[in-house]
Amino acid sequence: MEEPIIYAKDLTKKFGDFTAVDAISFEINRGEIFGFLGANGAGKTTAMKMLIGLWKPTSGKASVAGFDVYREAEKIKKNIGYMSQRFSLYEDLTVVENIQFYAGIYGLTNQQIKSKTTGLIEKLGLLEVRDSRIQSLPLGWKQKLAFSVAILHDPKIVFLDEPTGGVDPITRRQFWDLIYEAAHNGITVFVTTHYMDEAEYCDRVSIMVNGRIEALDNPSTLKKQFNVDTMHEVFVKMARPQEA
Amino acid sequence: MNRFLAFVKKEFYHIFRDRRTLVILFGMPVVQILLFGYAITNEIKDARIAILDKSKDHLSVRLIEKIRSSGYFLIEDYLNQEVEIEKLFKEGTIKLVLVIDESFAQNLEKQHATNIQLLADATDPNTANTLINYATAIIRNFQAEINSGTLPLTIIPEVRMRYNPNLRSVFLFVPGLITIILMLVSAMMTSISIAREKEVGTMEVLLASPMQPGQVILAKVVPYLMLSFINAVVILIMGKFIFGVPINGSLPLLLLESILFILMALSLGILISTVTQSQQAALLISLMGLMLPTILLSGFIFPIENMPPALQVISNFIPAKWFIIIAKSIMLKGVGITYFWQETLVLVGFTILFVALSIKKFKIRLA
Repeated sequence: MEEPIIYAKDLTKKFGDFTAVDAISFEINRGEIFGFLGANGAGKTTAMKMLIGLWKPTSGKASVAGFDVYREAEKIKKNIGYMSQRFSLYEDLTVVENIQFYAGIYGLTNQQIKSKTTGLIEKLGLLEVRDSRIQSLPLGWKQKLAFSVAILHDPKIVFLDEPTGGVDPITRRQFWDLIYEAAHNGITVFVTTHYMDEAEYCDRVSIMVNGRIEALDNPSTLKKQFNVDTMHEVFVKMARPQEA
Repeated sequence: MNRFLAFVKKEFYHIFRDRRTLVILFGMPVVQILLFGYAITNEIKDARIAILDKSKDHLSVRLIEKIRSSGYFLIEDYLNQEVEIEKLFKEGTIKLVLVIDESFAQNLEKQHATNIQLLADATDPNTANTLINYATAIIRNFQAEINSGTLPLTIIPEVRMRYNPNLRSVFLFVPGLITIILMLVSAMMTSISIAREKEVGTMEVLLASPMQPGQVILAKVVPYLMLSFINAVVILIMGKFIFGVPINGSLPLLLLESILFILMALSLGILISTVTQSQQAALLISLMGLMLPTILLSGFIFPIENMPPALQVISNFIPAKWFIIIAKSIMLKGVGITYFWQETLVLVGFTILFVALSIKKFKIRLA
């Protein structure tokens, strides 16, 4: 059995008296698309920030790509891509400048930057807007570009924090085509979301309620377990048990 | 290194694409120096005066000639009677009237004493004071001239304005202006630009990248260091070639001290950005917390010696105060580091303090 690419055991984060993440444990395998679900404020973003080395955990163990989150955060950062909730591209830079900037800070060589830029622009069909500033593009394009930029340096894992906020289901579907392609190329995808149609696309999902992981399995097993037809209903039963 | 350059390049894109930033960076220094150099000035040229010469002898004519040729005064009117004086002042065009007593030359030559009356329009006390000082200086000078040849028994007080012999206020404004502008550009612009990354959310992405937090901050600061330095040089050049402000001391030393001051201001900007989350907050803190005290308490406009003791104590915590002292020492007095190594150390101390506080704040946030 291959070692899990992300491993967490009793991972906890406290802010003063408030426990944002309460002893969560999970293992994620290479190439998996892992949906990290939960209502707003359930602790998803906090958990993710511990995994990508932005915040130090209060207690518990975790490793990402084989590196310890306490001691080897810098090594983790070299092996992951990250797309934040609030959008990672610079609005006043053009498409090409954004690609070159991120390729640059991830340490790609000039040669690599050149070929990656051309390849990406072709793939996303951005040839006509390559020198337009990001602020002039529709949100759906920006999100696809932001994702592509996050995996430009071929990371082992990409972390996506609510990547498709504010776009319609069709654009979300197109975005997911890119995610599938990345997973197909061996990149592990860790994605937080509160759109339940997206949860259906994941290999496995965990559902977080008040800082704890209350369920973790593949979507079809979860649906069976709760005896419902959609992940949305699973989620409603989990997150708001008093209403169900 | 490649990473660093990519980042610096991006930073320049931000700067050159934002019109507001450009105006603050390059428009403001030029406007300010022209404004302070030409418009806001304490010095007086071509003040309109009138003369009532009751004696009209060879010495009084010589004195009047000397006053006319001084360049400070325009003799607008020659009066014949004292009653005319009141009327002139009421009209408001004349700022000073010089009354020479009867038998001016005779009294001076025989009794070695005579009277000259100076009447000034003191509705503006500063101007009146300055005019009286100018006029007195000319008269003393004249006294010295006619004394030569006779026995030098009279002691003539000689007034000389050291380092700024013509009392040109622009000489004092240029070192002050460099200070203010470097402070503004360095501290305000960096704090705003770091706050912007936080506000937009890109800071997180940067911190999740292999770039070290220190590298991110350094890369953000380098463009402003360069631009601030260029600004300082532009102001020095404008000061020298438009207003004739000298650099009597060592230019390399002045530039080095400027870089030290810029570093201090940059670290202050970083500190501000660690305690703010939005550009608005960064702007407010920089303006209210930095600019006002810097302009008011640094000795740039109001002399520190004239402040109440409490404010004098506070002024010690204004880094700009120390740099103004250094800049004036180099530019006007032309002295070397031995005269202001203490001030230099104070600036070094501020820089270390701000960097240490920033690192501490930064760590708390990451923990």
